[in-house]
Amino acid sequence: MELQIWIWLMIGLTFSLYIGIAIWSKAGSTNEFYVAGTGVSPIANGMATAADWMSAASFISMAGLISFMGYDGSVYLMGWTGGYVLLALLLAPYLRKFGKFTVPDFIGDRYYSDTARLVAVFCALIISFTYVAGQMRGVGLVFSRYLEVDINTGVVIGMAIVLFYAVLGGMKGITYTQVAQYCVLIFAFMVPAIFISIQMTGNPIPQLGFGSEGADGIYLLDKLDGLSRELGFHEYTSGSKSKLDVFFITAALMIGTAGLPHVIVRFFTVKKVSDARKSAGWALLFIAILYTTAPAISVFARTNLIDTVSEKKYEEMPVWFDNWEKTGLLKFEDKNDDGIIQYVADPQINELTIDRDIMVMANPEIAELPNWVIALLAAGALAAALSTAAGLLLVISSSVSHDLIKKIIKPDVSEKGELIAARISAFFAVIMAGYFGINPPGFVAAVVALAFGLAAASFFPAIVMGIFYKRMNKEGAISGMITGLLLMLFYMTKFKFGWFGGGTEADWWFGISPEGFGTLAMLVNFIVSLTVCHMTKEPSEEIQELVEKIRIPTIDK
Amino acid sequence: MSKNLAEEYWKKNLKYLLILLSIWFTVSFGFGILLIDELNQIKIGGFKLGFWFAQQGSIYVFVTLIFIYIYLMNRLDKKYHSKK
Repeated sequence: MELQIWIWLMIGLTFSLYIGIAIWSKAGSTNEFYVAGTGVSPIANGMATAADWMSAASFISMAGLISFMGYDGSVYLMGWTGGYVLLALLLAPYLRKFGKFTVPDFIGDRYYSDTARLVAVFCALIISFTYVAGQMRGVGLVFSRYLEVDINTGVVIGMAIVLFYAVLGGMKGITYTQVAQYCVLIFAFMVPAIFISIQMTGNPIPQLGFGSEGADGIYLLDKLDGLSRELGFHEYTSGSKSKLDVFFITAALMIGTAGLPHVIVRFFTVKKVSDARKSAGWALLFIAILYTTAPAISVFARTNLIDTVSEKKYEEMPVWFDNWEKTGLLKFEDKNDDGIIQYVADPQINELTIDRDIMVMANPEIAELPNWVIALLAAGALAAALSTAAGLLLVISSSVSHDLIKKIIKPDVSEKGELIAARISAFFAVIMAGYFGINPPGFVAAVVALAFGLAAASFFPAIVMGIFYKRMNKEGAISGMITGLLLMLFYMTKFKFGWFGGGTEADWWFGISPEGFGTLAMLVNFIVSLTVCHMTKEPSEEIQELVEKIRIPTIDK
Repeated sequence: MSKNLAEEYWKKNLKYLLILLSIWFTVSFGFGILLIDELNQIKIGGFKLGFWFAQQGSIYVFVTLIFIYIYLMNRLDKKYHSKK
């Protein structure tokens, strides 16, 4: 069958599945809309969390990014999985015991202050909006590449689908569509990986395959190290970043992951505390399947690519080369007019520019896999983008309808009224996300990194101390959150946008990049919170009892 | 649960956290970053050990750590709730 038909078929089938689930799981109460009626099983919640977490970036870009960064790419692998250990051990069970709907709920109640609640709402909104814009853009990109429609049309189709199931089903609809989306995306990611691993190494398990020998009897990684050296790139298995910076970036991504509101809120949807722990375990297991396969794909794709193009005649390039040249993501410029592709590190001599996003997308074509695999990959990429977008939209809508309207502006609103407000804010959130998808602010990539730094610098310390340190009071938490947030914003805007006099790598504080600065801002948050806390009076008996209650799960038999 | 028991339960929990988080730190920040040059001297199959910890091993350990914590806490929950 032809590729286009396969693609329409796969996307049509998966989309009808999502819509069917949305109709079946329509939300009838605020409890269902915000936390799916707290009746989600740990395994289902694990899958939903995994789909929620793995975005278009994880699915499409990460393996490509690593294949160009080599060892340095480890910051994403460790950073985006290690955060779940923190979540499972330090946050999820206690927040579930606390048992409300949102992260600002916890901050507001634990620190007995609407100011704290407002600061938390503000952080949640900034983090979620920066994130969701990138997702909508991802949806548009996939549509335009595979269905050959305009990017903007792609964004609008994506918006319509998300709108339908997020507004109708709330958290309940989102949870069950995310379960389906996880299955689609992991299948789509694994099938080409397994095929390619067999082709290149004879080992069907990609995780082992990239440590095995290729057809020529040389270990794949040794071969890639050698090729990289020859072409003037840094050795694949060692990095070019400083150890300190790798340390700080990894830490910022881990802690940021644990502080992201759309991830945390997933643990409010299970029945009891022990289920919150369990679902964090399942979530990481499901995420680990993709995250341990990604670096294998990076190695396969990079080796394949160098083998196919380096010092080969341009005339003799395979069909996929032309296809991707047409999209502009692959560019060849014959600088010395010899008709042969020179792909090297030196920009003066290098003739081939490769967009890293194509490493995953073009992989099945490079490996000459059947058409249905390529179609599957398209459906998988869409599942990854849509599931993350939906989770973020829910955080935005509940921040507005629950934390702002119900808790601060109009506490006497009826449940029905709150539910309507939730749906209306979800509607506007989708429209805004779509707008950013169509007119992406140029700084999207920079701001997504900022989202992690912000989450690490603001939420994480406030929540952890809220649970583990009874003495922490509102003065300490608020001043810590604000200092952390402002410091992070200052550093990012200074080095990313050139505000406050700008600066280059040489001016980085202690040699820490803006991506890793969240760790330092978090430490400052802790120090400020603790200092201010000890200069002001301790929280009331009531609050201290609340903390004690959060620490011990109730077991209902 | 009485106040004493609750305190005991919490202390046990903190002990588990301390042990598990030290392992978490060691495999990722330790083996994957700080000690990578030393570990890369050792090779297992096609993998340099430090590189393997950074891109594979640490993730497997993370998953295992969470499941160990689940097991330990379920046991602890049972023990303390039967004392109630």
